[in-house]
Amino acid sequence: MLTIKNLQAKIGDKQILNGINLEVKPGEVHAIMGPNGSGKSTLASVLAGREEYEVTGGEVEFLGKDLLELEPEERAREGMFLAFQYPVEIPGVSTINFMKTAVNQIREHRGQPALDAVSFLGLMREKMKLVEIDQSLLNRSLNEGFSGGEKKRNEIFQMAMLEPKLAILDETDSGLDIDALKIVSNGVNKLRNKSNAVIVVTHYQRLLDYIVPDFVHVLYKGKIVKSGTKELALELEAKGYDWIKDEVSVA
Amino acid sequence: MSKDNQVLEELTSKEYEHGWTTNFETDSAPKGLNEDIIRFISAKKSEPEWLLEWRLSAFRQWTKMKEPTWPNVTYPPINYQDIIYYSAPKQKATPKNLEDVDPELIKTFEKLGISLTEQKRLTGVAVDAVIDSVSVATTFKETLGELGIIFCSFSEAVLKHPDLVKKYMGSVVPVNDNYFAALNSAVFTDGSFCYIPKGVRCPMELSTYFRINAANTGQFERTLIVADEGSYVSYLEGCTAPMRDENQLHAAVVEIYAMKDAQVKYSTVQNWYPGDKEGKGGIYNFVTKRGLCFGDGSKISWTQVETGSAITWKYPSCILKGDNSMGEFYSVAVTNNYQQADTGTKMIHIGKNTKSRIVSKGISAGHSQNSYRGQVHIMKRAEGARNFSQCDSLLMGDKCGAHTFPYIDVENNSAKIEHEATTSKIGEDQIFYCLQRGIDEESAVALIVNGYAKEVLNQLPMEFAVEAQKLLALTLEGSVG
Repeated sequence: MLTIKNLQAKIGDKQILNGINLEVKPGEVHAIMGPNGSGKSTLASVLAGREEYEVTGGEVEFLGKDLLELEPEERAREGMFLAFQYPVEIPGVSTINFMKTAVNQIREHRGQPALDAVSFLGLMREKMKLVEIDQSLLNRSLNEGFSGGEKKRNEIFQMAMLEPKLAILDETDSGLDIDALKIVSNGVNKLRNKSNAVIVVTHYQRLLDYIVPDFVHVLYKGKIVKSGTKELALELEAKGYDWIKDEVSVA
Repeated sequence: MSKDNQVLEELTSKEYEHGWTTNFETDSAPKGLNEDIIRFISAKKSEPEWLLEWRLSAFRQWTKMKEPTWPNVTYPPINYQDIIYYSAPKQKATPKNLEDVDPELIKTFEKLGISLTEQKRLTGVAVDAVIDSVSVATTFKETLGELGIIFCSFSEAVLKHPDLVKKYMGSVVPVNDNYFAALNSAVFTDGSFCYIPKGVRCPMELSTYFRINAANTGQFERTLIVADEGSYVSYLEGCTAPMRDENQLHAAVVEIYAMKDAQVKYSTVQNWYPGDKEGKGGIYNFVTKRGLCFGDGSKISWTQVETGSAITWKYPSCILKGDNSMGEFYSVAVTNNYQQADTGTKMIHIGKNTKSRIVSKGISAGHSQNSYRGQVHIMKRAEGARNFSQCDSLLMGDKCGAHTFPYIDVENNSAKIEHEATTSKIGEDQIFYCLQRGIDEESAVALIVNGYAKEVLNQLPMEFAVEAQKLLALTLEGSVG
């Protein structure tokens, strides 16, 4: 589904990604871990097409297409979803209105007719249940005055609405208490199936107790320096990142 | 050049939608302004002697006045002798009903999306249509007449309801109020007149549609709305003009007179031609709008969506004379390219327990300058007066300007005044968030801007709100920075 080959990227003059290689297949969950400043969020942003980052080398193929050639909105319409670490506030625009615009633009891209109000509401109700979110929240201005937990839950609600092929969760656990973490994780798990994939970007192992990964990759200085299964995450939790750093510097 | 900058440059790709002209024969005055021209206009309209005198007195006062220089706008001096002050589509005789109206005129308004044919009653809006200097048609007259509501062109009102016109014209905006009001009083050509009798709630929206068609022509219309005790009316105003290289002058006067417990809601969607991408051409929109809450418990509410004009100079105001009267001002002013807007309101609190509310949302893009100028004046007698003002500015790109000039004068210590102001930029973060959900950039800007202006758009009647939303999106198309 997603093949990243030797991806390099910089912001300003600062080189951040130094040759990332990653293969994600349908049905898989990959966790990207690593110390602060290792390039985790940059990887997520580059994949989503944020303009500030300049790709300086490598290739990314997404569902048979050259991802780097696609505009951010085209990537989204092709089925890539980014759950933001810091969801943005848009005053005066309700989540419902926002999602209606998004859903219908994606449908248009797929050659489907726009959803009428009734079908849209039906879809919304169904997804609300899935991620345990209250409609009163969706009537409010997008993310304005939301608590950290509400923002993240709203991200997962949007993910449910847009049914992406590949979802990238960027530090979705940050700022969540344990109850909110469970609800958010439950939502993600319910959305998993054989044909979609998830990349979980996280600093801590905690989230991976709930969203169990098939693969864990450690990112350090813009490179994946170690890959393994979920046990690797536990090891990192126990030992910290220093032993990885040591291992890299020895090599 | 970054993509955003490119998009910014593409601003120009959006042409003004209403920039066409209609070729009907016109009947015009020669260029220039003097007492003979005023006599000519007055004679063309078969006006009574008192009105001619009124005009001439206004003209004499105007010649002694100076064009105001305090607004935050710049433009080359206007040559008032180079303007045609009267232009009318030629009609064989005054149309008695719609069948008599020149089909070209009807077509013109249909092109603008304004139906003058009463068969299309579905819209439920009574329209008075004004082209250049004259009113060409007023719809739903009979329906309104049954309720005693008078809704007709100003010229017709002068002839058929002279007492009302004589009594109220100039009572809210005096002849010598300001330079442009004096000019208008001297040369005004037509406009709408509306009287709502005691206790009557006007069952439909009343609407005037203004269009400047002829070249080198100024449009000087007057609107007078008189709401008798306990009555209610919602009034809409729309305007467009063809694209022309030279600037055209529009100096209108709107007066609203509200008696005891009367309510008037006045909404404007202003879409005069704003000039081209280099700032060439466009309408100079110098308008005086004022409402007098004369009676106790009366209420006047202004809502405006200002997207057009090269220059906008406009401060719809309320004089809160009656006790417990209330004034509201809701405004969205958008400027793009080289447009300049200096707009806001005045709330003059005279009566006791008077309330006013100001919500102003400025949006600047391109190289434009957008100023909010507002005055809240609490007079000595205005015990218990309250005002709430909120002035927000939204900037798009880094070549435009937003300015706020609030003036607050309080002469009574019991007054409560709140003023809030914010300035923000459409964030790249907000745009990216939308893009990442599959929403294209233009729709993202439209979404964000409409969200920002929502509080004001919500004040508009439903159909107008939809039109205004589209207009906002259109005006700002591609102006992300």
